[in-house]
Amino acid sequence: MSHAATWAFRVRVAAAAATSRHVPAQVARLPRVSPYVVVAAVVLVGLLLFVAAMGARALLAPKAPTRAKLTTYESGVDPVGQGWAQTQIRYFVYAFLYVIFAVDAVYLFPWALVIRSTGLGAASLVEIGVFIGILLIGLAHAARRGLLRWF
Amino acid sequence: MSSLAFAAEAVTGIPHLAAAVPGADNPHADFSDTPWWLSLVKALLVFVFLLVNTLVVIWFERRVIGRMQQRPGPNRTGPFGLLQTLADGIKLALKEDLTPKNADKVVFALAPMIAGAMAFVSFAIIPMGPMVSMFGHRTPLQLTDTPVAVLLVLAVAGVGVYGIVLAGWSSGSTYPLLGGLRSTAQVISYEIAMGLALVAIFLYSGSMSTSQIVYSQRDLWYILPAFFSFLVYVVTMVGETNRLPFDLAEGEGELTGGFHTEYSSLKFAMFFLGEYVNMFTVSALATTMFLGGWQAPPGIAAINDGMFNHGWWGLLWFVIKLWLFMFFFVWLRGSLPRVRYDQFMRFGWKFLIPVTLAWVVAVAFIRGAQLGYFGNSSVGLAGREFPVATLIIVGLIAALALAVTWVWEGKQAEKQAAAEAQLPEEIDPFAGGYPVPPLPGQRLREPSLAIEKESNRA
Repeated sequence: MSHAATWAFRVRVAAAAATSRHVPAQVARLPRVSPYVVVAAVVLVGLLLFVAAMGARALLAPKAPTRAKLTTYESGVDPVGQGWAQTQIRYFVYAFLYVIFAVDAVYLFPWALVIRSTGLGAASLVEIGVFIGILLIGLAHAARRGLLRWF
Repeated sequence: MSSLAFAAEAVTGIPHLAAAVPGADNPHADFSDTPWWLSLVKALLVFVFLLVNTLVVIWFERRVIGRMQQRPGPNRTGPFGLLQTLADGIKLALKEDLTPKNADKVVFALAPMIAGAMAFVSFAIIPMGPMVSMFGHRTPLQLTDTPVAVLLVLAVAGVGVYGIVLAGWSSGSTYPLLGGLRSTAQVISYEIAMGLALVAIFLYSGSMSTSQIVYSQRDLWYILPAFFSFLVYVVTMVGETNRLPFDLAEGEGELTGGFHTEYSSLKFAMFFLGEYVNMFTVSALATTMFLGGWQAPPGIAAINDGMFNHGWWGLLWFVIKLWLFMFFFVWLRGSLPRVRYDQFMRFGWKFLIPVTLAWVVAVAFIRGAQLGYFGNSSVGLAGREFPVATLIIVGLIAALALAVTWVWEGKQAEKQAAAEAQLPEEIDPFAGGYPVPPLPGQRLREPSLAIEKESNRA
């Protein structure tokens, strides 16, 4: 299996080299834009859209603020006190748990990509099983301490 | 421009000919014949595509929900009411834009900007079709692709949360603050399960580039081998986009409008637009990851030597699959009530995350068996070759899943039996002189039966 795989890989590399012999002339003519520049350009166009919408609104919409309009909305009742009040800490706990589990999920992504290289073998599967097992124990611990209960 | 590209390549370390090496985790789409101005044209087309689709889907949603509730829905503005959304948008632009006195002015304006602009970014890496000819160049129907494209979608979703939490915080009002916090906790919780569901796809395709993932699905869509990931993804995508039945952040009965209560005019429209574009983004990602992207459905793909898998045909299949998901969103909204927040969080943290982690391990073992980690013998079945190790591991996982379900159902049945075993207490509703309704678990003593019993004794 592994011999066949490396052989197939060599063939593909050779084929790529063969095709790339014709490519350079084209590449020299058309410099490729890095994908990240394109993504940045999309962000920029999105911001432009927002700015254009705000500009249109500034030209079109009326402007007549009164004190009553500028008060905080509380279903028709006069607002009491500030909106920034003390609240329960439970959202905070979820934010912490998110940091732990999201980072661990990101560790799984590169592993998922390199598993195709047959040199890793079955030992890597057991290792990732241990890693995910530790994660699950952490989650079970959080659940046992009552951190996942919403009241 | 070329110096800019060179600087970016120097920073990111992306080599010039990344697309020319096949089989690696690099993009399969070939952008070598795409000059920078064509990228700009394609970017504008993506924006137009998303804006037009948003206009149509809002009308579609109102019409379909109208049909589900046996009323016509909007049908006055334009043919079939098609221009209703446009009219609503123009009306919003003509409304006064208010910033409350209590609000933090800068952040209050920044939040809709983040929510609106970030919504479009993810679509840059979605493959909408194969190579086509555009203005004399051969270019894929995809704006761009990177070796970590799917990671980009997750990252952008993470940044998009800032729009919600900053809107809630900066309004200086109670309802938006509560709505913003709820929404943030909800989105970050379901993002973990979403990322874990996608790990199975990376295991199968060996790549995070979207064009490579579509290419690797050409003989089998991943919805079959990764069916559980698909189910988890569909649940999390509804949770991520704050849609019914998971629209807890803007539960009208509890929080008026949620995080956008204080917003008016086009700033409100930005949140609205962002929500609908996000629906398209998660649907497009689902299409790409599980339904073969722009590729024709299996039967049609075989017609005339794969003619329907070439050129602009790909866009048709992509749009059809995208709109199937949009109908699913509308269908959910038309049929399900909103869930309670504690139920929602319990489902995410105590079911989705641990079960998806276990699923990732299972897929890793199946994948390892396919790659020949446990030996190379195989059997022929229905015209395909299956490695023996794969079959054994799939069987083991199925048996394990069945055993766990069996134990769990037994426990549930025991619990239910224990709850039903206690006979409810019988109360006399007139004991205190006034009629009192029974509390949960109590049973009324029927006066007529009591009188009958008395008379029988006499």
